[in-house]
Amino acid sequence: MTALKLENVNKSFGSVHVLKDINLTVEEGEFVVFVGPSGCGKSTLLRVIAGLEDATSGTITIGNEVVNTVPPAKRGIAMVFQSYALYPHLTVKDNMALGLKQEGQPKSIVEERVTSASRMLDLDQYLTRRPAELSGGQRQRVAIGRAIVRDPKLFLFDEPLSNLDAALRMNTRVEIAALHRTLSASMIYVTHDQIEAMTLADKIVVLRDGRIEQVGSPMELYNNPANRFVAGFLGSPSMNFLDRSVSGLAAGRTLGIRPEHLTLRADGQLSGEVTHVERLGGDTNLLVRTDQGETLTVRLFGQNATEVGSRISLGFDAAAAFYFDDADQRILPAAA
Amino acid sequence: MNKARRNPGTTIAAHGALVLYTLIALFPVFVILINSFKTRKAIFREPMALPNTESFSMIGYETVLKQGDFFLYFQNSMIVTVVSLFLVLLFGAMAAFALAEYRFRGNTLMGLYLALGIMIPIRIGTVAILEMMVATGLVNTLTALILVYTAQGLPLAVFILSAFMKGVSDDLKNAGRIDGLSEYMIFFRLVLPLVRPALATVAVFNMIPIWNDLWFPLILAPSEETKTLTLGSQVFIGQFVTDWNAVLSALSMAILPVMILYVFFSRQLIRGITSGAVK
Repeated sequence: MTALKLENVNKSFGSVHVLKDINLTVEEGEFVVFVGPSGCGKSTLLRVIAGLEDATSGTITIGNEVVNTVPPAKRGIAMVFQSYALYPHLTVKDNMALGLKQEGQPKSIVEERVTSASRMLDLDQYLTRRPAELSGGQRQRVAIGRAIVRDPKLFLFDEPLSNLDAALRMNTRVEIAALHRTLSASMIYVTHDQIEAMTLADKIVVLRDGRIEQVGSPMELYNNPANRFVAGFLGSPSMNFLDRSVSGLAAGRTLGIRPEHLTLRADGQLSGEVTHVERLGGDTNLLVRTDQGETLTVRLFGQNATEVGSRISLGFDAAAAFYFDDADQRILPAAA
Repeated sequence: MNKARRNPGTTIAAHGALVLYTLIALFPVFVILINSFKTRKAIFREPMALPNTESFSMIGYETVLKQGDFFLYFQNSMIVTVVSLFLVLLFGAMAAFALAEYRFRGNTLMGLYLALGIMIPIRIGTVAILEMMVATGLVNTLTALILVYTAQGLPLAVFILSAFMKGVSDDLKNAGRIDGLSEYMIFFRLVLPLVRPALATVAVFNMIPIWNDLWFPLILAPSEETKTLTLGSQVFIGQFVTDWNAVLSALSMAILPVMILYVFFSRQLIRGITSGAVK
């Protein structure tokens, strides 16, 4: 069964066309991540799914029901916001229970669901506190708890980790992944962070300027990007694009090679001067200026003694390279 | 407070300025209070002196309580002030919420139209208001005063409150919508508690002019049953003879209720400020 189906969804604010012909299917139990640069429409798309904005045209189906005119509370969804959006004057328990009370659920069920959610999220000792008395990570757990108790058909996450510090972000990311395994619920997650996208998603939806660029599993997108934008957006450090430094490339064609696929080799296809070195312990990143004046990043595993200013030669396996035409679309090596 | 900024010199200077201002502001009130407890002769002989055994007299309060129906005037003033404030806050907050929250055609125009009300004094329309009240048979009722004061207070209330409501997080309102709260519940249960300091500010701004107003009670409701306190006190001020004891006593008593209201609102104000300190 499909959890969500979007057909030709468009959204305009006045004359600004924000979402353009979005078509997407989310299967039941799938973890789908919307990723893209800021302003690409990913949050708007989430709000359209939630019913907080009306689609200008197109149909939105949740479960088996077309929900275009159904108010947010009746769509069977729950949402977690970037700013937590907890009710400041209610306790943790009341924050979680409010949605169920509004649905008119009997007290015993409310009690039972709040208890099980708070146990799952380790919030038992905070139930009587107010949001102001909690830390950022605890608040976000309460916000997630508020979503869980409603037992929704579809979870919506709007950049839930952006307000947390780096260490907590990693922990919460793992918790969300564990939660998805435990609940096996359908989830949609919006982020601009490609690490969150790669680590959490069953399916990534890359958006740009209100259009879907590509849909696929993280490894599909990494190994087989449809165009230059997707190739450059996923992977860190991002892919190098060269059009002068490589010999035998037709005019207008671009070669893409990931930093981790470049190796130091005496007889390499590329040569240049090291302009900057980042030593991360586990990895070493080199910024190299090629003899043709293009800048590229090299990711070497382990520690490396290369100094700034030294001349190096770099090689890569031809099979690991990607080729793009002048419209930035991916083409086969033979055509390049 | 930041320790580095707690310089003793600055603290003393700041408190000194505040104490000085408080003294200046309270001085007239103090003079009214001490003189209300003195005989007429003592008031004129030594207006600054405290009442002593010789000059002490309750004659002013006795006159006030005997003459006229002073408790009724009190009650009228109280009803008019409290009901007007309630209506100003309720409708002002609702209008402000609509202007701040919803995108609709004419939103900006409507805001500007309301802002016009701040610039044009309502008293310019006195004659028209009186004609309207006569036509609707509302002359000499408290309703007339309440309606006028509500109209008078709304523009500023909408202006201040809509600015505050724009500051309430959209995510919070959306979380409420997803949890199934109606727009009215979002307004009453989420937004109003968060803008409480602004509500208190608007209430204090509106309360004093309404309580002290002489103009509209004199024109719209001068009958004995609907007199407000300010209008009632005028009986002691004659063209040739003024009963100062009674005037000062009436004024002293008039301070009390408005002070109680103020204390009530200012507590909201302080609570609002501290609860707003957290994200």
